[in-house]
Amino acid sequence: MKLHEYQAKEVLASYGVPVPEGRVTHFPYDAWMVSMELGLPVVLKAQVLTGGRGKAGGVKLAKTSDEARDIAQELFGKKLVTKQTGSQGFTIRKLLVEKAADIDRELYFSIVVDRTTSRPTVIASKRGGMSIEEVAEKYPEDIIKIPIDPAAGFLPYQIRRLKYDLELTAQEKEAAKIFAALYKAFYEKDCTLLELNPLVVLKSGHLLAVDAKMDIDENALYRRKDISKMRDLTESDPDELEARFTGLNFIKLPGNIGCMVNGAGLAMTTMDVIKLAGGEPANFLDVGGEATPETISKGFEIITRDPKVKAIFINIFGGIVRCDKVANGIIQALKTVKVKIPVVIRLTGMNKEEGMEILKKAPMKFYIAQDLRDAAEMVSELSNDKHSATEKKSTEKENTKAEKKEK
Amino acid sequence: MAVCVYRTSKIVVQGITGKEGRYHALACRDYGSKIVAGVTPGKGGMDVDGIPVYNTMEEAVQHAHPNVSLIFVPPPFAADAIMEAVGSGIKTIVCITEGIPELDMVKVKRVIEKEGVTLIGPNCPGIITPGATKIGIMPGHIFKRGSVGIISRSGTLLYETADQITKAGLGQSTCVGIGGDPIVGTDYIYWLRQFEADPETEAVMMVGEIGGNAEEKAAEFVQKEMKKPVFAFIAGKTAPPGRRMGHAGAIIMGKSGTAEYKYEVLSAAGVHTIENPGYIGEVIYKTLKSEYDI
Repeated sequence: MKLHEYQAKEVLASYGVPVPEGRVTHFPYDAWMVSMELGLPVVLKAQVLTGGRGKAGGVKLAKTSDEARDIAQELFGKKLVTKQTGSQGFTIRKLLVEKAADIDRELYFSIVVDRTTSRPTVIASKRGGMSIEEVAEKYPEDIIKIPIDPAAGFLPYQIRRLKYDLELTAQEKEAAKIFAALYKAFYEKDCTLLELNPLVVLKSGHLLAVDAKMDIDENALYRRKDISKMRDLTESDPDELEARFTGLNFIKLPGNIGCMVNGAGLAMTTMDVIKLAGGEPANFLDVGGEATPETISKGFEIITRDPKVKAIFINIFGGIVRCDKVANGIIQALKTVKVKIPVVIRLTGMNKEEGMEILKKAPMKFYIAQDLRDAAEMVSELSNDKHSATEKKSTEKENTKAEKKEK
Repeated sequence: MAVCVYRTSKIVVQGITGKEGRYHALACRDYGSKIVAGVTPGKGGMDVDGIPVYNTMEEAVQHAHPNVSLIFVPPPFAADAIMEAVGSGIKTIVCITEGIPELDMVKVKRVIEKEGVTLIGPNCPGIITPGATKIGIMPGHIFKRGSVGIISRSGTLLYETADQITKAGLGQSTCVGIGGDPIVGTDYIYWLRQFEADPETEAVMMVGEIGGNAEEKAAEFVQKEMKKPVFAFIAGKTAPPGRRMGHAGAIIMGKSGTAEYKYEVLSAAGVHTIENPGYIGEVIYKTLKSEYDI
């Protein structure tokens, strides 16, 4: 779960990390008021859950309160399209108005869990303000990586090293306190990413976290109730959000074949195989270990809500989910959710025979595929040509029946 | 021979009294696996269809002498269950649980490295040596004893691959799901080394996914150390970029992570890459027949 910048700053401030004075505003007039309160100049920063806001025009400086109001007027309701958002972008609903900092130089500081070492790793650079990928490309020698032993923590000698590398000898004590606090926050809030870009040295010599980004481990939210409450429901795709609350993992895609699969790996593979067969997946949907009638119904509901979807492909390989349970789930779901487009089912694994038997006796018609290749070809054909699809429907069902009799 | 788990492996199931734990413990026993004990705190003295249940791992080890643990404990308590298994002296642990907090796994990983424990998972289907023992949640009937070793990050994709290999007329020596989480106990290299040394295994199939750089590291190992043929498929070639990959994480991973890049590196290392997942069984069968005379 991503936190907004203002939320991350609130959390960090509670750990004693210095952040700029500022307020979140929802209306242009608020921005005018806040700028008067804080003193000029102020920075207005769009609060959307994506990076690259500055380059996309979501961060602006105002020298007067009138200017702050005008900028706010322009930004509210605007769609911010950044490198990371895709073409649809994010609508700006909140602006953080902060007192502008008198910056001497900009640093980079982050903590992530490095997958290759399985350890929390501090990444820092004296070249802050630009994207860290850019620094990695142009000045790889200026990037410091410090792996941290979870049993020992962020050690004084490691912090000391940062002080020299980032040229912070003048603000030694302050820097050490801030770095230790950041690591503490990272651990205590179950972050997967904590990033300050930039962390700045002010003209006064003090340090200030001018930007802050925190991503929290979804799996740890059960023990981070304070963070869990911060989730901004307006910032997610409503379908994706609804799916998550039902225990589904759903991501919308531009194609016309709805997919319902168990397991993330098989779900990705299903998308791949559809594409290779000439089709276009409309979504990624992992129904997970618990494919109950409720989750399957919700899956159908969300998939069919998209008018582009011309066919549905259900691909279940039973392991922790049993095929008979899935088959019953599909039938029950189709009794409540009316699906008018063709449904291709590939069901195999644990209790496959029982599952197939249940589908055969069902009052609805399905296309039953024998394997992955077969299924992908079938569903791609169906999605490409609606007319021939309806014609094929009856013969296809007979074919599968005939095949079974032979067996 | 196969690798890691054998007919003689004696298994304790942690979380055996839960719904999934009970179902799969009995399914493993039906397959022929030796389930010697179960552990659920507070349920000691009970039995699950004749399998004795203990309160602690220590007791289970003392009375039933297991050498493998299979874990079905819910995510908030699963890391502790792994630690308990390690503390009781178990050296092979299979953790099925999905959703363990990442920072819990950071600690677990450090402890298992220090103690020399093989942790399979978490968030995995387990491990199976067909016809001998099944320690996990996979459907047993799709596997057939044979000569191909399978290593997979994804569970259901492991089944898909094994199923295709069986249908193509081959079989598997051992199949392992190493787990889909960012931090898992073992990597491809660990298993490639085992399969290379196993006389029963004649070829290895790696089932990968986008993200991370485990496949790239495996490619390097294959080039240097493997004499047996290795095949690979990477799921997620068509996945949209940037969904789930962290910002600062990208710098550690460099340009790796995409399916294209992984295929490129694997091919260059002499791995037979299979880009269409519908043809995994067929390609392995044909290649082994024509190029290796297996």
